[in-house]
Amino acid sequence: MKHAATLNVNGMAYPVELEGDATLLDAIREDIGLTGTKTGCDDCECGACMVMIDGRPVNSCTYLALQAQGSEITTVEGLADGDELSAIQSAFLDQGGVQCGYCTPGMLVSAHALLRHNPDPSEEEIRLALSGNLCRCTGYAKIAEAVMAAAKATA
Amino acid sequence: MGDVAFHTATTVDEALSLVGDGSDAKVVAGGSDLIVQARGGRDLPANVVAIHRIEALRGIDASGDLTLGALASHADITASAAIRSTWTALADASAIVGSHATRNVGTIGGNVMNASPAMETGAPLLVLDARVTLRSAAGGDRTVPIDELWTGPGRTSAQPGELLIDVVVPSLPAHSGSAYVRLEYRRAMEIAIVGASACVTLDGDVVTSAAVALTAVGPTLLRSPSAAAAVIGTTGDAAALAAVAAGASADASPISDLRANEDYRRAMIGVIAKRAVDVAIRRARGEEFPIPATPVFMEGSAR
Ligand SMILES: Cc1cc2nc3c(=O)[nH]c(=O)nc-3n(C[C@H](O)[C@H](O)[C@H](O)COP(=O)(O)OP(=O)(O)OC[C@H]3O[C@@H](n4cnc5c(N)ncnc54)[C@H](O)[C@@H]3O)c2cc1C
Ligand code: FES
Ligand code: FES
Repeated sequence: MKHAATLNVNGMAYPVELEGDATLLDAIREDIGLTGTKTGCDDCECGACMVMIDGRPVNSCTYLALQAQGSEITTVEGLADGDELSAIQSAFLDQGGVQCGYCTPGMLVSAHALLRHNPDPSEEEIRLALSGNLCRCTGYAKIAEAVMAAAKATA
Repeated sequence: MGDVAFHTATTVDEALSLVGDGSDAKVVAGGSDLIVQARGGRDLPANVVAIHRIEALRGIDASGDLTLGALASHADITASAAIRSTWTALADASAIVGSHATRNVGTIGGNVMNASPAMETGAPLLVLDARVTLRSAAGGDRTVPIDELWTGPGRTSAQPGELLIDVVVPSLPAHSGSAYVRLEYRRAMEIAIVGASACVTLDGDVVTSAAVALTAVGPTLLRSPSAAAAVIGTTGDAAALAAVAAGASADASPISDLRANEDYRRAMIGVIAKRAVDVAIRRARGEEFPIPATPVFMEGSAR
């Protein structure tokens, strides 16, 4: 059974028709066509699908799309200001926080949410904030350094 | 996954009428149990009623007894100054659920009604003598002591059509302290291998009342009367804590599964229960102890 709905993603209202069991991840990638958000485990373990709902990180692979109606959804595409990368995105590039890049959108969203709530996090706080995001390439050190650098850059 | 009808209820009455009409409707709060289970092969129910927009279920009121609306999230609980200072075991528990993202969506109502024997808030709610309010369209409200809510793995005494409205935790006498500790293989995104919660009240240095409850060592959350009895009348010295450990191991009835075998769980539940009691006593004495109490490092302690 299709349900007509409107999802607000990165400040735009998207009219969609969704099955009752459609996940927010599928709605964002398949219906809306924003593919920055990644499908990793599709089982709420890896964090590749992380988006913000009303400013808080949520695993979109296991969140019902229809539950996100009426909320502000932010995906990785919403972090940059036009062609201008955000501080956290630039820091990931500068510090070498990206290798294959598959985990990166989720990492950026979690890190962005952390810095919004806590502009000057300790390394331990960074590691805990990213503990729901798995990276199989970098070993996390460069990622933690990037978040630290972004915090400094925006201080 | 199949053909699923979806409704968003914005009031409790609307939700009750949607789940109470003999339909097979199932409520979803945050969905962090329900949707993950559905993706694990279990189908979503054909009729889903989302309750996450019901403002009346969202609040935390700590002005007397603590009332947690069913939708209070683990993030809300962790951030509550009143819960951290008075009902600390609950903050210890919510603070270690999943990751930041899990704590943002996961609710106390979902945690309690999912009724996993490994759930984090269960043992704290037992030692804090919580009760829940269940409401149905036909039957109105009834209060259920938390001891009578869980009937087995994934099972509760709630009737079809009943909604959990709130969880009420009584205020505590002066000189009380509580803690929840779990044994884990990793710092986050973990399920308790075993866990234990304790709540104690002191008169001077002596423990005058105590409750201990155990996580992931039985078909549901268990109280450990032997561990509690072992610390009452003592100062929580090394001998008493050893007796707490023995009592908890004796009261546990763990199983073997992929994550740990029965013998390991039985041995570790003693260690973890002892730590929970020790932290609860320290807090009752007014000592600062970090929240969450997991991981606990007790090196350098006299015990
Ligand atoms: C990655 C991950 C990590 C996790 N880690 C932990 C952990 O460390 N510790 C832990 O304890 N749990 C953990 N969980 C489980 C889950 O997040 C919690 O149990 C959470 O509190 C569930 O809340 P929810 O609102 O998302 O529940 P939902 O999935 O919405 O609901 C769960 C069940 O309760 C029922 N229900 C919900 N609200 C009500 C209500 N008001 N009245 C009647 N029935 C209701 C639903 O119908 C469903 O059967 C984890 C989950 C994930 C995905
Ligand atoms: S794809 Fe959502 S957590 Fe892995
Ligand atoms: S850069 Fe490859 S998974 Fe993180």
